[in-house]
Amino acid sequence: MPEIQMREALNQAMCEEMQRDPDVFLIGEEVAEYDGAYKVSQGMLAKFGPMRVVDAPISECGFAGLGVGAAMVGMRPIIEFMTFSFSLVAFDQVVNNAPKVRHMSGGQLKVPIVFRGISGPGQQLGATHSWTVDALYTHVPGLKVVCPTTAYDAKGLLKTAIRDDDPVIFLENESMYGLRGEVPDEEYLLPFGKADIKREGTDCTVVAWGHGCLTALAAAEKLHKEHGIEVEVVDPRTLRPLDMPAIIASVQKTGYCVTVEEGYPQCGIGSEIAAQLQENCFGYLDNSVIRVASLDVPMPYSKPLLQHVLPGVDRVADAIKKAIYFQG
Amino acid sequence: MPWAMATPTRTRGFFEALFFHVGTGFWGFSCGGLILALNGKGVSVTTLVEPQQKIDPSPSQMMDWYRQMVLIRAFEMRCAQSYQQQKIGGFCHLYVGQEAVAVGSIAAVRPSDYVITAYRDHGHAIARGMDIHPLFAELYGKKTGCSHGKGGSMHFFDAEKNFFGGHAIVGAHIPLATGLGWAAKYRKEDRVVLCYFGDGAINQGSFHEALNLAGLFKLPIIFMVENNGYGMGTHLHRASAVTDLKLRTGDAYGIPGKDVDGMDCVAMYRMMVAAAEYCRKGNGSIFLDVKTYRYRGHSMSDPQKYRTKEEVAQYQEHDPIGRLEKQLKDAHVLDDKKVTQISDEIHARVEAAHEKADADAYPDTADVWSDIYANPYGDYKL
Repeated sequence: MPEIQMREALNQAMCEEMQRDPDVFLIGEEVAEYDGAYKVSQGMLAKFGPMRVVDAPISECGFAGLGVGAAMVGMRPIIEFMTFSFSLVAFDQVVNNAPKVRHMSGGQLKVPIVFRGISGPGQQLGATHSWTVDALYTHVPGLKVVCPTTAYDAKGLLKTAIRDDDPVIFLENESMYGLRGEVPDEEYLLPFGKADIKREGTDCTVVAWGHGCLTALAAAEKLHKEHGIEVEVVDPRTLRPLDMPAIIASVQKTGYCVTVEEGYPQCGIGSEIAAQLQENCFGYLDNSVIRVASLDVPMPYSKPLLQHVLPGVDRVADAIKKAIYFQG
Repeated sequence: MPWAMATPTRTRGFFEALFFHVGTGFWGFSCGGLILALNGKGVSVTTLVEPQQKIDPSPSQMMDWYRQMVLIRAFEMRCAQSYQQQKIGGFCHLYVGQEAVAVGSIAAVRPSDYVITAYRDHGHAIARGMDIHPLFAELYGKKTGCSHGKGGSMHFFDAEKNFFGGHAIVGAHIPLATGLGWAAKYRKEDRVVLCYFGDGAINQGSFHEALNLAGLFKLPIIFMVENNGYGMGTHLHRASAVTDLKLRTGDAYGIPGKDVDGMDCVAMYRMMVAAAEYCRKGNGSIFLDVKTYRYRGHSMSDPQKYRTKEEVAQYQEHDPIGRLEKQLKDAHVLDDKKVTQISDEIHARVEAAHEKADADAYPDTADVWSDIYANPYGDYKL
């Protein structure tokens, strides 16, 4: 299987779907002539022309709303936010219009739209540009939220998102665009609500997705090498719908659970998983669920401070050791 | 009409200023007679659209509009009653006084054109041809409602009639109109979009972002501000730095603007015929500052302390229904007997629809789980 970068995988997904369906178009800041702020849409303007790869002015509320309106009449817009930190300028369109038009019209209209772009703290961008929006959007009924970890997942899930008849939030990560992964030549789709076991293990379940999943995998490798601890890393891949049966099945096997996320701990995804575990498989837990998240502070600029705030490999490894009462 | 008859003896001078430009026949920024409004390419936009004065609607068309306006008013008066009887919950914004705007404008376009509006949406839904029974049922939260009782007063929808709501956040639907226009342009369809909003919406960022996109992409949209003078209880003069609203779109976004007398159904129709033709030719968008007035409060819970009863009465003297009635009587197609007959007929129809909706069943509690996702778990086959 060829190895490609995640940004290429995303580019392939969009190109294939645009070739397949003339109703699909991409709109966002710098997506066309600039080739994408992070080069995800590189070459697409030349392939599809300016009506399908559309440079929008810096006007998030405007072009997000344009997308929702177009989707109401059956088009399939892909809205690229240069970062999801900027989606907050369009928050009303994303949480109030996209996921509610279907409901408020009694099911008469559908809104097949994808909002995609980077989420997460990035490289020292300060508090306003460093939002991890996973929990913000996962809170909203009517939205679906996807957060891929590998190039393979990114391509298969984005193709599914574009074909889906509901609004999808598709969360990417700046530092992962260049990561390579195997992606088959033949076409494939990946389902929503279906977790992937990224590493099998018997001693502790770690639930993590996106960039946090890479941290969890690194921590699992470290614990394996240093102490022979076998961690199972469950990647839900979609946060709404969330594959709780897969998480529960893993916890039933290991008896322990740690969640890892780059968002905030209060009302985070980890909080939701912990709550659902104690509601649904309390008897299988041999310790309380431990949440690892960013510290509950605005993202600082200074590098050592930022590194202290983010959930790093050591913090995750320590949480796993604590969860399984590891002495050593 | 009050604003045209403005005299120095009137005490409420702000109305003269508000409606000063009505009927002066130009739009854009006037400075000592020199018209300066330009579109994005530096071309004067001031001569692009004039109302189609030569178009004379037929008596049967006007009779149809008359019936629609009487129906809207009767519907709204029944709503007021039902609200007081607590059959309607939440917010309920009545369209009484503004009927000519929806009726005259929708009459000038085709069923294939897209219509989208804000929360004061009853009149547009009826003018678009929605049956009133599912509207009452929606207001009463019944399963038979047009949105299955999920939407309420502010969220009427009819996809088959290309009526895209009914949107409750002030100004939030204006970007959606650009999407409807974008879809029409992208698919090379001969459609225009009618986008209505109140004067309270024009200070929202969403309005300005949407107007810029519409101007930039030359989208076929008729933006109509139903300028009833008040955003809730705040007069336009206390909300907008510039009260001649077309000045906020012409120079700014290359979208020509025009004042229209929204209390005159025929004037509204003539303006809309021209505006729709302008948009269909690929010229881009149009902005209409439609001067109108609501007789009732902003919503049913509005004590209306911000205006006098005399002010309301003054506008009621120039009632859009009474005005059309007079035009039809002058043309000898309507007389007092027929007026009574139409009124009785429509009131009976409204009462029957209300009673039917009132007797309809509420949705099942299990219905809370429907109409949220088209595809909750995914069915993805290559």
